[in-house]
Amino acid sequence: MDKSKQVCKPQNKTTISLQNVTISYGKFEAVRNVYCDIQKGKVTSLIGPSGCGKSTILRAINRMNDLIPSCSLNGRVLFEGADLYDPRIDPVEVRRRIGMVFQQPNPFPKSIYENIAFGARINGYKGDMDQLVESSLRQAAVWDECKDKLNDSGYSLSGGQQQRLCIARTIAIEPEVILMDEPCSALDPISTLKIEETMHELKKNFTIIIVTHNMQQALRVSDMTAFYNAEIKEGAAGGKCGYLVEFNDTDKIFNSPVQKATQDYISGRFG
Amino acid sequence: MSERKNDQFQRRNRPPSEKIIDIGFKNLAIAMASMVAVILFGILLVIFLGSIESMGRYGLRFLVTSDWNPVTDDYGAFTAIYGTIVTSVASLMIAVPLGVGTAIFITENIIPQNIRELIGIMVELLAAIPSVVLGLWAIFVMEPFIRPFLTSLNNSYSWIPFLSTEPVGPALAPAILILVVMILPIITAISRDSLNQVPAKLREAAYGIGATRWSTIFNVILPAAISGITGGVLLALGRAMGETMAVTMIIGNSNNFSLSLLAPGNTIAAMLANQFGEADGSQVSSLMFAAFILMILTLSVNIFAQWMVKRLSLKY
Amino acid sequence: MNLFYKHTSRRNLSNTILTLITGLFATLAVLPLILVILYVLIKGASQININLLTQLPEPPGDDLNSGGIGNAVIGTFVVTGIGALIAIPIGVGGGIYLAEYSRNGPFSKFIRFGTNVLSGVPSIIAGVFVYGVIVSTKVIFGSNFSGLAGGIALSILMLPTVIKTTDEGLKLVSDELRKGALGIGASKFITITRITLPAALTPIATGIVLALARAAGETAPLIFTALFSFYWAEGSEALLEPIATLSVLIYNFALEPYEAQNKLAWAASFVLVLIILTTNIISRFISKYASSK
Repeated sequence: MDKSKQVCKPQNKTTISLQNVTISYGKFEAVRNVYCDIQKGKVTSLIGPSGCGKSTILRAINRMNDLIPSCSLNGRVLFEGADLYDPRIDPVEVRRRIGMVFQQPNPFPKSIYENIAFGARINGYKGDMDQLVESSLRQAAVWDECKDKLNDSGYSLSGGQQQRLCIARTIAIEPEVILMDEPCSALDPISTLKIEETMHELKKNFTIIIVTHNMQQALRVSDMTAFYNAEIKEGAAGGKCGYLVEFNDTDKIFNSPVQKATQDYISGRFG
Repeated sequence: MSERKNDQFQRRNRPPSEKIIDIGFKNLAIAMASMVAVILFGILLVIFLGSIESMGRYGLRFLVTSDWNPVTDDYGAFTAIYGTIVTSVASLMIAVPLGVGTAIFITENIIPQNIRELIGIMVELLAAIPSVVLGLWAIFVMEPFIRPFLTSLNNSYSWIPFLSTEPVGPALAPAILILVVMILPIITAISRDSLNQVPAKLREAAYGIGATRWSTIFNVILPAAISGITGGVLLALGRAMGETMAVTMIIGNSNNFSLSLLAPGNTIAAMLANQFGEADGSQVSSLMFAAFILMILTLSVNIFAQWMVKRLSLKY
Repeated sequence: MNLFYKHTSRRNLSNTILTLITGLFATLAVLPLILVILYVLIKGASQININLLTQLPEPPGDDLNSGGIGNAVIGTFVVTGIGALIAIPIGVGGGIYLAEYSRNGPFSKFIRFGTNVLSGVPSIIAGVFVYGVIVSTKVIFGSNFSGLAGGIALSILMLPTVIKTTDEGLKLVSDELRKGALGIGASKFITITRITLPAALTPIATGIVLALARAAGETAPLIFTALFSFYWAEGSEALLEPIATLSVLIYNFALEPYEAQNKLAWAASFVLVLIILTTNIISRFISKYASSK
């Protein structure tokens, strides 16, 4: 990473702003009236019980919800001041700036090297590819396991290594924001720990938003935490509709939550 | 959007060419998918337009008269319609028990797995044998072989209208048998798939209360698979109606109507294969009319079959 | 209480009989394949020699020298090839639309339905259609019966299979791969051509090869489109002229009253069945090998 970027990055600056966002599947609201400002250079976790719409919110940020035909969004999602749901916006360009890591490790059926180079190439990378592959794998803390078999298939790696390969693949396109949708839910505890360590390194260069159902993980990795809850609602998607309960610094959420629902959730009284 | 210094990614903002390729590719894919509809409507249109003259001249009389005389220029398709329906229905009556029975035999645990797979593959390969080769085999091997049996049938049961003529060679009966060979693979394959889709727990439930293999098959498995099997049977019926080469080679291509299965006859598809190349004038229009009837018959059978198969997939 | 198996009980007896009957049915079902292959081998393979494969057929007559099937072998490949060149791009493109762009949209449902209906259209009707649109109108450079028209007729028969295998092959590709590509900013075009289509290559290729093998044996759509020829397809306008194919040769010569021509039909059957069955078995083997890997 070049230094100039870090120097000119102001602290505590909002990079993504959700303004009264309501997302519906068909006629049914999945999550509604979300206001949330996500700060640059920080790790933000979205937590909450299942069905509270936290993954839906995450996917809305890089317009992955476009893939679900019935999904629609009301309100505004601002990225560096630009409305991502302006009709003139190209979702492909959005995803080149806001990359995503998914719940299941999903390497391409290509070599480890090509897995990294693929994304960089489609983004028009003009630098030294070997160097980019190496630095991406290093940042994702999977270089040592991969360096001797860059030409092997991505599937030859273990699950945890595959997930870190997917993180490296996302880092390689140098997005401004990385979205992670429960990246450790399919992994064992040791791989989870490694990925959490990776995230600590990554937040020096990237803004990270992570959805997790593991509260300890949220506490370990994130600076800010948003707690979502769901209420039973007639006619909502899955019978539930999610909303944002509380959004604050992680230690405030876990130590002195304002809302009773947050208190109940983090102390394990429901969810 | 924010700009970075020293950004090494030149296509962070996509160049217009990339967007054009993306949109162009999608529209190309839509155009190609639409070709199916274009061809289907094209076929209906061409055949309908071609048959208008004949429709105007004969109307529905075309369906019930059996004169087919290019010399006097008088046409009626009853012989061919009768042949089409009789051969396809009769072949179905033989092929359904054979095909469903075979499907049961290779889905039930009666003989070792690899032999069952081998039988399955052989039946599928039978479907790969070209129709014209089966026709050749029917002319030179099958028909001479079965003629004595047909003759003795005729001798013993000539009072039955369907067996009332003496077999002399090509006829409806050998055409029916070759159709059995051609539709057997379809019925077997679809029945096998339907039987395999029956959940194992149904079978276990029946065995668990002491049902025998065959009471399980008749009372539990076949009823659960019936709509899939029916769909397969209807698809086979559509195939049998439209099957051309083997039939035209062995059916005798006679336009003189006879009720007897042992006499030469015709089907619409066979008539088209036999006459279309050399026809001119109003004969072409009459052949198109016949083709239109065949098209309507197979379309309705196929659409009904699809509806049956869809009902199956909703069930589980 | 006696739990021993009783062969003579009515229940066990009827079970055994029904099992035997289905076994008999299964035997009857495979019998035609064995008999047909046996006769094609006996009557066809014995005649195969280099002259047969390189010479032209003689015009029918009561003449023991019937010539060869060289032009028909080439013609089968040419006409099937033309059909493939038309049907594969259209079919793969259509299949991509169904699976990647609009999986459950109303237009996709309509096209899937149309594909099933088209696959049930009798092959002779495809011949009548091409005759009406291309042969009788002489719309292609004024030629009527031609290899090109025959290829177009075959492409209509291949199209539904190619669309269906592409659609189903792409549907088997995990959605995770698609999301992975889109999540790093790949466009739809790149995702399809570089990720999902390569991942579905084996089933699609197998399906296409099976469709080609099936088309190579088709006769009905060719008898009044490609017609037949006793000559080699040569010269710059070869595709605009009638062309010989193995299947039409079998049909024409099977119905000749001369033994020499009938023998040629058997020899052509042997070559055709050999081509089709080997293609079938090899593609099945490859797809089984690839899916087990």
